[in-house]
Amino acid sequence: MNDTTHQSGDGPSHRTVEIGLAAFMALLGAITVAGSLQVGIGWGAEGPRSGFFPFYIGIAIILSSAVNMVHAFATKAAPRFAEWSQLRQVMAVVIPTTVYVFVLPYTGIYLASVVMIGVFMLWLGKYKLPLTAAVSLGVPLALYFMFEKWFLVPLPKGPIEDFLGL
Amino acid sequence: MEEIVNLFHGFAVVIQPFNLMVMVVGILLGVIIGVLPGLGGANGVAILLPLTFSMSPTSAIIMLSCIYWGALFGGAITSILFNIPGEPWSVATTFDGHPMAQQGKAGEALTAAFTSSFVGALFAVIVITLVAPLVARFALQFGPAEKFAVFFLAFCSFIGMGKEPPFKTIVSMMIGFALAAVGLDSVTGQLRLTFGFSEMLNGFDFLIAVIGLFGIGEILLTMEEGLSFKGRATGINPKIVWQTWKELPRYWMVSLRSCLIGCWMGISPAGATPASFMSYGIAKRISKRGHNFGKGEIEGVIAPETAAHAAGTAALLPMLSLGVPGSPTAAVLLGGLLIWGLQPGPLLFVEQKEFVWGLIASMYLGNLVGLIVVLTCVPLFAAILRIPFSIIAPVILVVCAIGAFTVHNSTFDVIMMLVFGIAGYALKKCNYPLAPMVLAIVLGDKAEEAFRQSLLGSQGSLGIFFSNGLVGSIMVLGLVALFWPMISDGFARLRTKSA
Repeated sequence: MNDTTHQSGDGPSHRTVEIGLAAFMALLGAITVAGSLQVGIGWGAEGPRSGFFPFYIGIAIILSSAVNMVHAFATKAAPRFAEWSQLRQVMAVVIPTTVYVFVLPYTGIYLASVVMIGVFMLWLGKYKLPLTAAVSLGVPLALYFMFEKWFLVPLPKGPIEDFLGL
Repeated sequence: MEEIVNLFHGFAVVIQPFNLMVMVVGILLGVIIGVLPGLGGANGVAILLPLTFSMSPTSAIIMLSCIYWGALFGGAITSILFNIPGEPWSVATTFDGHPMAQQGKAGEALTAAFTSSFVGALFAVIVITLVAPLVARFALQFGPAEKFAVFFLAFCSFIGMGKEPPFKTIVSMMIGFALAAVGLDSVTGQLRLTFGFSEMLNGFDFLIAVIGLFGIGEILLTMEEGLSFKGRATGINPKIVWQTWKELPRYWMVSLRSCLIGCWMGISPAGATPASFMSYGIAKRISKRGHNFGKGEIEGVIAPETAAHAAGTAALLPMLSLGVPGSPTAAVLLGGLLIWGLQPGPLLFVEQKEFVWGLIASMYLGNLVGLIVVLTCVPLFAAILRIPFSIIAPVILVVCAIGAFTVHNSTFDVIMMLVFGIAGYALKKCNYPLAPMVLAIVLGDKAEEAFRQSLLGSQGSLGIFFSNGLVGSIMVLGLVALFWPMISDGFARLRTKSA
């Protein structure tokens, strides 16, 4: 793809992302069609089979994505999607959050939250330790009382909570 | 007359101390949600929905709808003081609201915005009180074909009336339908589209999608923009409020027009954001001081705020009377009804009188309470906005994660939330609208059920959707909405030719 030629090269072009997204959507459409075919798209004893409705939904996704892709290819001077520095900012949220959602079942939500808020404030916000500690401990503690005590909604807990007998 | 009696019963429900407390808590939470970037009406309500599982449905809907009113009010604060729209529907408020604040008239702008919001909401609630029972009574006669036609109309108007490219709207909407189809087929009881993953047995919950798409996606967008808050002083006091109030009646025409635009856009699922822009645009064109718009004109605050609130409130009319929500937040509220075991739709007005009229009464009172709360607490909310984003962002992420978890007590949902969040960021950047997707996830099963039941009745012939005057005209309306851009183009061409 030569779409970076008319850009200064400071980030992915909007066009590339549009095309990629349209292709991804078409893939989702294809998956929907495949899944519908598995359960049957025709007319059964019970009327339209389970795959009947999603089959046409999948077809509509594929066709519309094709139109979107043609549109994306047709646009000439597309602006940048975002600058790399901006995307780095976005990844600075995505990566810690990804780690957070995957470790959360093992550590419990409270410990993971303390660490996440702490990392954010120290690393991205460049705050001093006392303030960081206050916020990163205070918020989960407040959430603990709000959910477990006030609204009686249990949240995932880990070894630390077990140790404390909560 | 019966409606008035019912409404008074509703008020009796609402003024119970617990419900009043829930109302104030809801408004406060709502304003905070509206003020904070990354938390909006729809996902704020979605996150807090699980907290209401233990309440009675009436208290629960009062709390959640008040969060919604609060969020609508809160959007104006950030627009005027910080030039940052806390919500998409308050973008138009920044055009004249922030210049007013820069000229030292923040108090006037805020008072005008809050009061207009209140007027817009009040107008829409009156419309709901008078019209919703009639619509519901009418809709009681609907069979599956008519039901499907109403869904068809709602989704077609998204495609034809939205400002996003129509094929992107279709993709977004159809993805929503596909996600709704995953899991157990409600008609045959068969599993579909799960591809053997047990996590997908229950399908995709729209609450997870809302929290991800609107919450996480919004935070990612805010991170990308690298916001730095530079706020204006507030300086709101009773004297300014009183002076502004004395001035406002002069703009009754602007208000009335904005109310009408807002109600119309809210009932047809265009929503609050286009309503606010349209109202602002029309006010600019008609006003004698139109040339001054954008430089701090009070009419430029009144018009979008009135319309946004009227639209946001009116969006509940089709939700209550037909079971078709007019906005993402209304969709979340509708999802709440299902969770509390209530069947949204016209029968609600017959079977759940206390609930419906309690909700309508709470709209009157909630907006009044909201007005008082925002007028008195502006400095407090502005202080919240001064907390740097690097503290707010992780806290919101944690709150979103908790919200996603509590829906089904499932940590897999938290992972799905992040997936939806990243998808939301990419889709929003590429101009795919998110509201149709959310609505399709909520309504997918119902629309499909209505469609299949109609076909069962007709032995597979699509003619059933045009078999009588009622269903036929709704379908035709839907088709008109679908092809509206082409139709209006054609009219414009005809006019230029004849001229």
